[in-house]
Amino acid sequence: IDNLLVEYFRRQMSQDPDMASAVAAIRSLLEFLKRDQSETLQGLRENLTHAIERLEETDSSVAVSSGGELFLRFISLTSLEHSDLSQCKNVMVERGELFLKKISLSRGKVAKLCHTFIKDGAKILTHSSSRVVLKVLENAAADKKRFTVYVTESQPDSAGQQMADKLRRLNIPVIVVLDAAVGYIMEKVDLVIVGAEGVVESGGIFNKIGTYQMAVCSKAHNKPFYVVAESFKFVRLYPLNQEDVPHRFKYKADTLKTAEDLNHEHPMIDYTPPSLITLLFTDLGVLTPSAVSDELIKLYL
Amino acid sequence: TKEEKQRLRKEKKHKKGKKEDKGPTEKGTDKEKKAVSSSALQQSPSSTVDKPSKSKAELKAERRARQDAERASKQGKKEPGSQASSSKSKAPASELQPVVKRLPEHIQVDDPAMVKKLAKKLERQLLQSLFIFLQIPLRSDYGFKVSLFSHLHQYSRKAPLTQQISIPATVIHPSIVRLGLQYSQGIVAGSNARSVALLHAFKQVIQDYSTPPNEELSRDLVNKLKPYISFLNQCRPLSASMGNAIKYIKKEISNIPSQCKEEEAKKKLLSCIDNYVNEKITLAAKAISECAIKKICDGDVILVYGCSSLVNHILCDAFEKQRKFRVIVVDSRPRLEGREALRRLVKRGIRCTYVLISALSYILPEVSKVFLGAHALLANGYVMSRVGTSQIALVAKAYNVPVLVCCETYKFCERVQTDSFVSNELDDPDDLIVTRRGKTQLEAWLSIQSLRLLNLVYDVTPPDFVDLVITELGMIPCTSVPVVLRVKSVDQ
Repeated sequence: IDNLLVEYFRRQMSQDPDMASAVAAIRSLLEFLKRDQSETLQGLRENLTHAIERLEETDSSVAVSSGGELFLRFISLTSLEHSDLSQCKNVMVERGELFLKKISLSRGKVAKLCHTFIKDGAKILTHSSSRVVLKVLENAAADKKRFTVYVTESQPDSAGQQMADKLRRLNIPVIVVLDAAVGYIMEKVDLVIVGAEGVVESGGIFNKIGTYQMAVCSKAHNKPFYVVAESFKFVRLYPLNQEDVPHRFKYKADTLKTAEDLNHEHPMIDYTPPSLITLLFTDLGVLTPSAVSDELIKLYL
Repeated sequence: TKEEKQRLRKEKKHKKGKKEDKGPTEKGTDKEKKAVSSSALQQSPSSTVDKPSKSKAELKAERRARQDAERASKQGKKEPGSQASSSKSKAPASELQPVVKRLPEHIQVDDPAMVKKLAKKLERQLLQSLFIFLQIPLRSDYGFKVSLFSHLHQYSRKAPLTQQISIPATVIHPSIVRLGLQYSQGIVAGSNARSVALLHAFKQVIQDYSTPPNEELSRDLVNKLKPYISFLNQCRPLSASMGNAIKYIKKEISNIPSQCKEEEAKKKLLSCIDNYVNEKITLAAKAISECAIKKICDGDVILVYGCSSLVNHILCDAFEKQRKFRVIVVDSRPRLEGREALRRLVKRGIRCTYVLISALSYILPEVSKVFLGAHALLANGYVMSRVGTSQIALVAKAYNVPVLVCCETYKFCERVQTDSFVSNELDDPDDLIVTRRGKTQLEAWLSIQSLRLLNLVYDVTPPDFVDLVITELGMIPCTSVPVVLRVKSVDQ
């Protein structure tokens, strides 16, 4: 049944490339829940946790783990009093569908909040390829604003080039710069917008490697550094520095299994501390980094 | 005459412009208390006279009648019906009041009028509880104070308050006297230890308490506790944790229903206190240590300052869970508390290094994490801790070393402070005198007019220097302290 789950997940991801990986994961979990055969509530929970772990192994992104945990919490939020297991399951499935609907709309909400911060004639710097940032820029363009976008190439997978292609299709003027040219280009730009793979308790973010550099540069030049992220990316971690980020997020799952010495591997993710971030745009509203902890307490406690 | 005196006092109060929301009702009881006290003072100025019980009852009846009359006259005024005196009288010198339109008395030592007022208040509290005419003596300040801190008390350890109290006539419970002595001599030190000792002493008090006739336990016991708290405050200013504990006890006592029998009520209170100690201190320490162990990795070099019971507990637990780390203990004069921490850690087998705080920037490049304890966490995210802590946090920030503060939630306090001057504690200045090679340089410091010795106890660290606060609710950033306070008040 694990393999079926992974297959379903992969199919979801390939069917709709625009969907966030966490959304695909939650769809698969919902499907898993519907097909699950366990007799007790406890067994059901255990199976779900196990399923989430399997999904994390397949796609080692922070969003899958945070999305999975939030899903589990959301469906078991209030006590399930029905004595009949199938009734309980129906309630849980209902809640799961509701959760899924809510988070599918979250990207739109974020984009609506953020695009007003882009003024006419602005020069924006962004890092690698993020679907949320793309939606924001789409909304801003639809609002008849004129702006230029600088995208970093973002090696090793050249995701920046894909972002540039997508932007060109929207008729937004875009320039691709080297990762090493961030310091050079910073004086020309007005603001920096990046996405996030995960938002941590301190208000900092996990994102593609190179984000931390960009944040430090923008702080040195006093340019605002904005982060756009949906609320299901909030995760209950509190890293103190780059070392403190767990290995399962930094490296891909297959690298972790095969590598002999992790010191020679390149991490995919770095941690940007909250002191470098100006504002976070989420579907819960526009937050300062210190307010993230507040929201997390509300979500998780 | 009495009436004239009262009118004069009222005018003085209006002139000072000190508005209080319980103004009229307070003045009502003030009047009669002052009336009783002035008449009593006229009769017997000495401190060892026992009034026969008959006149006690008479005075009580008189006072009741006057109170009723005042109450009736006040029905028309805007104040709601006056409560029992317990709710009106404030906790002495408590800086935890939400309506802070006055400065607390303990930081107005340079104003002679306030000092006189404090003396009168101490006297009044005694009278209110028992009618035996005894004063809790005001402890006198010692030595010259630095002008920036002249609003704080500075006592000498050689003159404890207990010498001025004559034991037979004392109204203070002996365990409280003992506790006060232990505080003022520094035998019981450290905020957790002080709070636990306080709660144990209160348990003793409650056990020995018996409700006088015609009185309700819930009101009378609170009144009984007030002079004890004043006394302890005179011995050594209350810490934030002690303040919170006292608030809790008072709330529990006043929530006892009046039909509850005395034995039951006492048992309930004792179990409440035990629960509080267990939940907020013992179990919280366990939860914090579990959380903190996740942050200790193999190969870590951890810096600690002074002796914090919580940090020591965390390090010992981590060592038991087979984490490989070594500890650097930073210490400072005059208390040299680091030696106690060093002793405890070395006994467990943890590898330690010992430095004085002047060598801080020398050893910081080796350090991977800094663990600090806290005396209190203020509502704006500032950390109040032993003097020297903010220095360590500052230098650690400069070297980019993460600073972690470990603190239980019962030490969170509603106060807001941005500097270490406003509310602090001055320790005995004689502690700074040290004898090296037979020579004591500062021996005659009192005779030098232009010399001042300053021995501060606490300082305040801004939240930008602190990376993480570990509480039993989890790991939170320093700026989320007001959120926790809000959640706690919702819980209660």
